[in-house]
Order: sequence, then C-alpha cells, then structure tokens
Amino acid sequence: MRRISLLLLLALAFPALAAGASRDTKLALVAYSTPRDAYGQLISAFQKTAAGKDVTFTQSYGASGEQSRAVASGLPADIVAFSLAPDITSLVQKKLVAQNWNKDKFNGMVTRSVVVFVVRDGNPKKLKTWTDLLKPGVQIVTPNPFTSGGARWNIMGAYGGALRAGKTPKQAQAYLAQMWKHVVAQPASAREGLQTFLAGKGDVFLAYENEALFAQQHGQPVQFVIPKATILIENPIAVTTTSKNKAAAKAFINFLHTKPAQRIYAQNGYRPVIKGVTQGLNFPNRPQLFTIKYVGGWASVEKKFFDPRTGIMAKIIGSSGG
Amino acid sequence: MSVIVLLPLAALSARAEGFDAVTSSQSVAALKLTIAASLVVAVINAFAGTAIAWTLVRDRFFGQSFVNALVDLPFALPTIVAGLTLLALYGPKSPAGVNVAFTRWAILLALLFVTLPFVVRTVQPVLLELDTEMEDAAASLGASRFATFRRVILPNILPAILSGVALAFARAVGEFGAVVLISGNLPFKTEVVSVYVFGRIESGDPGGAAAASLVILAISFGVLIAIGGLRRLATRHDR
Repeated sequence: MRRISLLLLLALAFPALAAGASRDTKLALVAYSTPRDAYGQLISAFQKTAAGKDVTFTQSYGASGEQSRAVASGLPADIVAFSLAPDITSLVQKKLVAQNWNKDKFNGMVTRSVVVFVVRDGNPKKLKTWTDLLKPGVQIVTPNPFTSGGARWNIMGAYGGALRAGKTPKQAQAYLAQMWKHVVAQPASAREGLQTFLAGKGDVFLAYENEALFAQQHGQPVQFVIPKATILIENPIAVTTTSKNKAAAKAFINFLHTKPAQRIYAQNGYRPVIKGVTQGLNFPNRPQLFTIKYVGGWASVEKKFFDPRTGIMAKIIGSSGG
Repeated sequence: MSVIVLLPLAALSARAEGFDAVTSSQSVAALKLTIAASLVVAVINAFAGTAIAWTLVRDRFFGQSFVNALVDLPFALPTIVAGLTLLALYGPKSPAGVNVAFTRWAILLALLFVTLPFVVRTVQPVLLELDTEMEDAAASLGASRFATFRRVILPNILPAILSGVALAFARAVGEFGAVVLISGNLPFKTEVVSVYVFGRIESGDPGGAAAASLVILAISFGVLIAIGGLRRLATRHDR
C-alpha cells in the first residue's frame, strides 16, 4: 500500500516523467461491429510496419448508426469506420468529419460486399432472382430498415434488382410493397437476423456476403445465393476533424488500402477495393452488379425511401396492417 | 432522487417533438400491444409469483435453497441472451415442440421470464414474517383452508403482491432485449413500444422517439398510480 502511494506521489510530482513513460501515439477507432475480427488482425499487421510501430489503439464496436450518434455526441474518435456512407455524412454535418472525406482514390471506401440470399440447405425453393422472392409462400427474413441502417442495403438491392429486371421506378416501388408482404420477421440487426434464420424461421434471409462468409467461417451451416443483379455494398472510413493524431490516423487508413491489409479484409469475407488480393478466395462476379448511384445515391435514397415519416418504406411498412 | 429520476425525465420531455410519431397507427398498435401484454404478464405474475413464494416459504423439499436462488437468475442474465435462449427453446426448432416464436405468445413468454422474480421477492419476506398462529386460530374457529387463505393470509400479503405486480408491469413495459429477438418485430403484429422507439432513433428521429417514450411513461405512471391506490385500499382493509 505504502509503495503504491509513493508511486502515486511520484507520478503527481513529476507529470512530465509520467507522460514521458508512454511515447506511443494512441488512436481511437470507432467502428461498426461486423469487421471487429478483421480490425484485430489489421491493427497488429499495422503495428509491424514502420508507420505503425509506436501506435496503439483503443477500439469501440457497435451498430453503425449507434456508433455514429455516439461520435456526434462526443465519443472521442480519431478514425470512424461505418457500414454505410450516411453515417459519415451525419458527422460531416456536425463538422466532425471533413467535407472532402470521400475525395480520394477510393471515394472514402475501404471495403465492399454484395447483398445475397441466405437460403435453406440445397435452396429448396429455388430462389435465385429478386422476382423469385415473390413466389407464393416464400417467407423472407430481413432486418427492418428503420432499426438497422445496414438493412437499407437490402432494400436498395431489391429496388435496383427490380429496375435491372426492366421495371420502371414506379413498378419497382410496387415490387418493394409486394416483397414486404413476404417478410415474416424483422429482426433489429443483421446478426439477430442470422440468429432468427438459423433458428428455423423463413426461406430466405437477406444478408451481406461478408456476413454469410463470416458465419460459414465460424462453422454455421449457411448457404447463400448471389442474385445476378445485386447491389455493391461500400463501407466508408474517415479521419475525424477532432483527432489529435491526424497524421497517424491517415497513415493507418493508407495502410488499410495496401495489398496486405486488403488481403486481410478479403480473408474476413469482404470484397477488396483494389485488385489482385483475392487469390484462393471466391468472390464471383455479377455482370448486373450496381452501386447506390444507380438507384439515386444515398442523399436522395435516404429522403425518398427512408424518411421515417414520408419515405416510401415508411409508407409500405405503415400500411402493412392496422 | 431528483438527480437520478427527475432530471433524466425532464431532459426527455425537453427533447420530445413531433407527436405524429405517437399518433401514427403503427405507434398506436405498438402501444396497445405493449400495455396489454404487460398487464397480462403482471396478472399472471400475481398468481404464479405468489404460488412460488408460498412454496418456497411453507414447503420443505429437496433442493429448496437451490430453487430459491434460481428465482433471481432472470435478473442476472443479460436480456439479449434470454431472448436467444427463448428463441432456441420456443422457436421453429424447439426441442420441446413448442413453436410460438414470432407470435404474441412469444412476447408473453419473454416478459414472464424477465419479470418472474418481482412478485416472488416482494411476497416472500411478508410470508416469512406471517404468524402461523393466526391461521391456527382461524382453523380452530372452524374456517376452511380456503377461507383462512382468503380472510387471513391474503389481506396480509396483498399489498406485497400489488407492489410486485407494479414492478413487474413497469419492467415489462420497458423491456427490449428479451423481446426483440423472439418477437420478430412485425409492425402491427408483434412490435412492442421499445422496439418502435429504437427504430425511431435509428432512423434519425430522436424527437419522435422521446415523444413516444413520454406517452408510454405517462400511461405507465397512470397504471402504477392505480395499482398504488389498490394497495392503499388493501392496507386499509387490513386494519
């Protein structure tokens, strides 16, 4: 006890000494929860490089929207990595992320994925296209787009898939309303959705390829189909304006775009944003792949589909009963 | 008390805006479902909880202290784990052959699970204190066992039952973790208020979320005051 108080006294008397003891740069990474395993590996790989030698990390993971709101209300962060761009845009509005965050070679994105159909063993209902989901009796599990920001990828995948099948925007909206009639459970998040599906509910679970691969890697009996027309998911990353170690934070983000880092992402189920790192891994091409731009871009989509009061999805869900 | 309870409540009222988030038919459906489910759960608890407390106090059986400790476990279990367990138990792959997941029955089961300890733990100490001589006296005066229970025991433990019922009701109204997984969250069918409010927050409408929370708080407050009134009546009857 006496020794501890002595140490405490020393530390109080010589703050310079105490500070000098840790010369390391500390970075706070605030991210959505899915890539947690990948970041564990990426951080140790970064610390083995010259740029990352003296950098230590604190990591916080949670639902993308929640993390974004936490940073907006003051959670210290040097780097933010979210599931979808609007969660960064809301920080741009609060001046916590620079306006030009997406003006780099990768448009601010660090990983990709696609929306897939997780199906039952052997795909007994033969679900391959978005139209197949409307077959009589097909039961769909998808998180509610109002409780899970990530589920918005599913909705826009379905909408764009209908457009790709030759429907007009109006018909595609009608498709969404039809599809929603087949939804039998709306779990709050993607992970809960997987639990719901594995517990035996539904014929198809709308998910992300990386989540499906992650589940497979963890020994869960998951089979999935990539529809011919599906949406390319792009996950953003950015340095905050409040960071005291911007140089180190940027160095980390630069590292994340290098081949070794992108390879680690790929091994964790994500599609990389650069070429030549997927040898031995299976990421099938889809000729009818489209991005969020194809359906109007996030700014337009957020307002048109996901405004909680006037959005198309709010209306579809609001008219689903009652 | 002010800092812990009143301040957050005041802050909540300050944030509330956009009461159309409350009056929408989806929100009204969620409110009705939540209140109804919580009332049913509270009533079931009144009976089941009292019976369990009775067994624990008046009976002697093997493993009693074990069962006694078991009662509190729902409190210790993170509710999301409770939801996961219940889903495995009562889902489509139920080993017990009970598939009620994603229906309103599932909500009842989940709420019963997390609220069970309240009535047991409020009634138990009162039963322990209760003098059995009163019952003996009643019996010697020719009262049947039922009459003894109704006229002697019940008035003594009723206030405690009602306290437990109030606690269980309040907890059930606000429960999120245990319900969110097993209910399927279908608007108009199995979406409870806490999940609805969560959706409002997630879609960037904290004002609406606060407004809906205020309404559920006001309704709960009304129900709790009513239960408190019943309790006062019961105690008066006792004297």
